Amino acid sequence: MSDIRLDAIWKKFGATEVIRGIDLTIDPGEFVVLVGPSGCGKSTLLNLISGLETLSSGNIFIGGRKVNDVPPRDRDIAMVFQSYALYPTKSVRDNITFGMSVRHIPRQVQDAAVAEFAGLLHIEDYLERKPAQLSGGQRQRVAMGRALVRKPDVFLFDEPLSNLDAKLRIEMRTEIKKLHQRLGKTVVYVTHDQIEAMTLATRIAVMDAGHIRQFADPFTVYDDPVDLFVAGFMGSPPMNMIEGKLRQDGGSFVECGAPGAELRFPLPEAMARRVAGHDGLAVILGLRPETIFAAGSELPGPDRYCFELPVAVVEPTGPDTMIVFEIGGRDLIARVRPQDARPQGTRFRFEVEMRKAKLFDAASGLRL
Amino acid sequence: MNRRQIDGIVRRGGPWQAVQRGVLFAVLALFCAYYLVPLVVMISTSFKSLDEIRLGTLTSLPQAVTFEAWAKAWGSACVGVRCDGLQPYVWNSVMMVVPAVALSTFLGALNGYALTKWRFRGADVIFALILFGAFIPFQVILLPMARTLGVLGLAGTIPGLIMVHTIYGLAFTTLFFRNFFIGVSDGIVRAAQVDGASFFGIFFRIILPMSLPAIVVTLIWQFTQIWNDFLFGVAFTVGESNPVTVALNNVVNTSTGVKEYNVDMAAAIIAALPTLAVYVLAGSYFVRGLSAGAVKG
Ligand SMILES: Nc1ncnc2c1ncn2[C@@H]1O[C@H](COP(=O)(O)OP(=O)(O)O)[C@@H](O)[C@H]1O
Ligand SMILES: [Mg+2]
Repeated sequence: MSDIRLDAIWKKFGATEVIRGIDLTIDPGEFVVLVGPSGCGKSTLLNLISGLETLSSGNIFIGGRKVNDVPPRDRDIAMVFQSYALYPTKSVRDNITFGMSVRHIPRQVQDAAVAEFAGLLHIEDYLERKPAQLSGGQRQRVAMGRALVRKPDVFLFDEPLSNLDAKLRIEMRTEIKKLHQRLGKTVVYVTHDQIEAMTLATRIAVMDAGHIRQFADPFTVYDDPVDLFVAGFMGSPPMNMIEGKLRQDGGSFVECGAPGAELRFPLPEAMARRVAGHDGLAVILGLRPETIFAAGSELPGPDRYCFELPVAVVEPTGPDTMIVFEIGGRDLIARVRPQDARPQGTRFRFEVEMRKAKLFDAASGLRL
Repeated sequence: MNRRQIDGIVRRGGPWQAVQRGVLFAVLALFCAYYLVPLVVMISTSFKSLDEIRLGTLTSLPQAVTFEAWAKAWGSACVGVRCDGLQPYVWNSVMMVVPAVALSTFLGALNGYALTKWRFRGADVIFALILFGAFIPFQVILLPMARTLGVLGLAGTIPGLIMVHTIYGLAFTTLFFRNFFIGVSDGIVRAAQVDGASFFGIFFRIILPMSLPAIVVTLIWQFTQIWNDFLFGVAFTVGESNPVTVALNNVVNTSTGVKEYNVDMAAAIIAALPTLAVYVLAGSYFVRGLSAGAVKG
């Protein structure tokens, strides 16, 4: 098992800075997920770790060894690509053993390794087929097999599940997690799917425009986002962002909505203390959909706020129903129990759990 | 689109459509005749005796089929002062074509691979320069190339001609392989790199097996070009080392004696036969490969 350390790394393609100063320390055996919107540099960062791209500046250490000038084949890594990148003219077996055959590993060792992982990945039945004769899910398994079979220290995954249909994706997600628990190797996993990030990671690195915004375990990233970007990116449906002003007249409030029809969200005590003395500050109140529900549908608790607004759209998802409503011209989403839902147009009484609210400085985007 | 995909499309019926269809086929038949009648005349003439040619008309079919003209063209017609027929020159052409085609195809594949999968600084400039080679009128390079061959001691030899054809074939073969490899996913090369294969390891074990369609098209194209070449042959070889195209010209232009049209025609067909054979054998593959930036391994 190896740790990975990125030390102030930069990557430029000509004049475009794609990776802009990233420091990251990944512990041995960790499952780190790089998540971020498309084009933020996730694949580039992964390619830098694998050695498929050359650093512009900074250092990369794998297992304590500086690998800036070490080619991919000598880094003791394996990689799974989004397109799977199977060798089309080779059989499944030869795809899997290509890496070993290039390294002149004896035939018996290769066969034993194939036998071991073919069983694990359920691909025994089509070892002699060509990739073109396989379904998407089977190809994905072969790509995994090709990576696993060499037993490297570090696995790199670049959106390995994004070409699968929804059901298969969930199945493979679980299998990848099982494999990690079983093999305990260090994994760096790229995805733009925040649910995949939440479910798989021991720690998540949220990336944006070549920077890492936050690097923490899934719960911290979800519950304690450092800024608007992380808060907005993680969670589905996304966090509701309500623009407003801080008011400190007999308590602390966030005042939002059109003049004359303002809503005043009271801040819990701890939060009020943090923002004391900033009366009039432009803020953004972040409310996750699950913290807004039908009034009275949960046991009463402290720091609740109720208000009444018309229902704009009703979206049942099965276990929950999403109710869309408007404040100040912006669509917001509440997540209610199906039996609490009311038809579009009726006035609905919402209750907010203000303890779980997040407050951001509108100017800087940072958490307050 | 292949036939199956077009067949299913619903078409308008009725007499007017039938007339249109008839006109279409008539025009196509006319063009076919334009192309094929000269060939028919050549073949039929080559099976006639000289007497029959003198008495009959150009388009009449042979009354008594004879292979004399073919035998003479192959084995005893006079090319310049030597009267051994086309045979030695056909072998010259074969010895020249095989290495020239193989070399230019191989190097083109290697160039295309390096230019697309191992992008290096200046790759685009180099490709543009190579591509420029496809647009050079070959008359322009005759003198400098003759001088170069002289310096290398290859003037007037078959190896010299092989070199010229290899060099000037590279523009096309590189272009063709580059366009083919652009459609091949970079991920495959990256995966092979992570797997530990080297530049040539990836080329021989992964890339070449995938490019069979491109290889076949290039082989056919290069074979046709080089076999049919006259300009380089006449400029860079002398007498004994002439390729068959040049020898054919000499047979037809021999000024002594009666004009033996049947021998000329047979000789012309002999010279053209290999390219014809290649087209018949591999033509369908050629058409498929050309329309196949879409060919995936
Ligand atoms: N070889 C390259 N040359 C120039 N720009 C590149 C190259 N590779 C990636 N980029 C740019 O870098 C940015 C990040 O790309 P990438 O790492 O693939 O994003 P992600 O994987 O997060 O979607 C994109 O804007 C992309 O256009
Ligand atoms: Mg990517």
